[in-house]
Amino acid sequence: MMASSSISNPDTNSNSSPKMRKKIGHESETGILTADTERSRWRTEAEAKNYSIKLVKALRRIRRRDSSSSGSIHESADRVLAVSAKRRTRWSRAILTKRLRVRLNQINKKHKKAKVSSDNRLKKPVAKNKPPSLQRKVRSLGRLVPGCRSLSFPNLLEETTDYIEALKMQVQAMTLLTELLAGYDTLAGSSDHLGSDVVTTTSN
Amino acid sequence: MSSRRSRFTEDEINELILKLQVLLPDSSSRCKTRVSASKILKETCNYIKKLQKDVDGLSERLSELLASRDISVVDADLLASLLRH
Repeated sequence: MMASSSISNPDTNSNSSPKMRKKIGHESETGILTADTERSRWRTEAEAKNYSIKLVKALRRIRRRDSSSSGSIHESADRVLAVSAKRRTRWSRAILTKRLRVRLNQINKKHKKAKVSSDNRLKKPVAKNKPPSLQRKVRSLGRLVPGCRSLSFPNLLEETTDYIEALKMQVQAMTLLTELLAGYDTLAGSSDHLGSDVVTTTSN
Repeated sequence: MSSRRSRFTEDEINELILKLQVLLPDSSSRCKTRVSASKILKETCNYIKKLQKDVDGLSERLSELLASRDISVVDADLLASLLRH
């Protein structure tokens, strides 16, 4: 099964392997400046178009019975978003490995091993003399951004800014898609009547 | 950048928090005054939750729209419209 070979996959929300920790740490150190240009990427029209097209293709692949559940569509939309991030951010990697981690958890539970899954490993973020109220907020923020539960505060901030930009783009693109589909609906409804009716329905 | 207790200095952290603030919805009215980091964090959490809820609602809407038709049928025209936008 894929379980054993996939455990060595890039970890998601905790630094399990030292090599990965160093790599991610290094990315973050130089990250503040590069992250700026990368984040603004989400605001470009090209990125939005790209996302929309990929989303449509992905939605096509959802099986009919699954497409009636909004959950699978949301999941699909998130995965396409994560793919667009091109593995540069932790939250995107976490989204892509979500299914895998869920399955691993299920397998672990079944075998009743005392294996501590990465989710349970509550590594506290680096405490920087922050008052407890701030600490709480940092923690809840870490829970909202995928895969960033045990991230240090600065890294969490970086991931958050990128995540927010990506989410905004996602909402924009999905809104456009919904409008197009809804508009198409009115068109398709009158397609029996050809010509003139189509013209009238488009005049919204 | 004198004290490097951690990988990031205090200044860099403040810079990141400011960048975060810019992304939030009413940032334009706030850029003059200094907002506490605590408030920014709270608003960030709320904003992310709101965005995720938006995506949720849109997913539901999409699932309704797709349930009534096969998306492969509208594909070509849809892609054309997307490209035009």
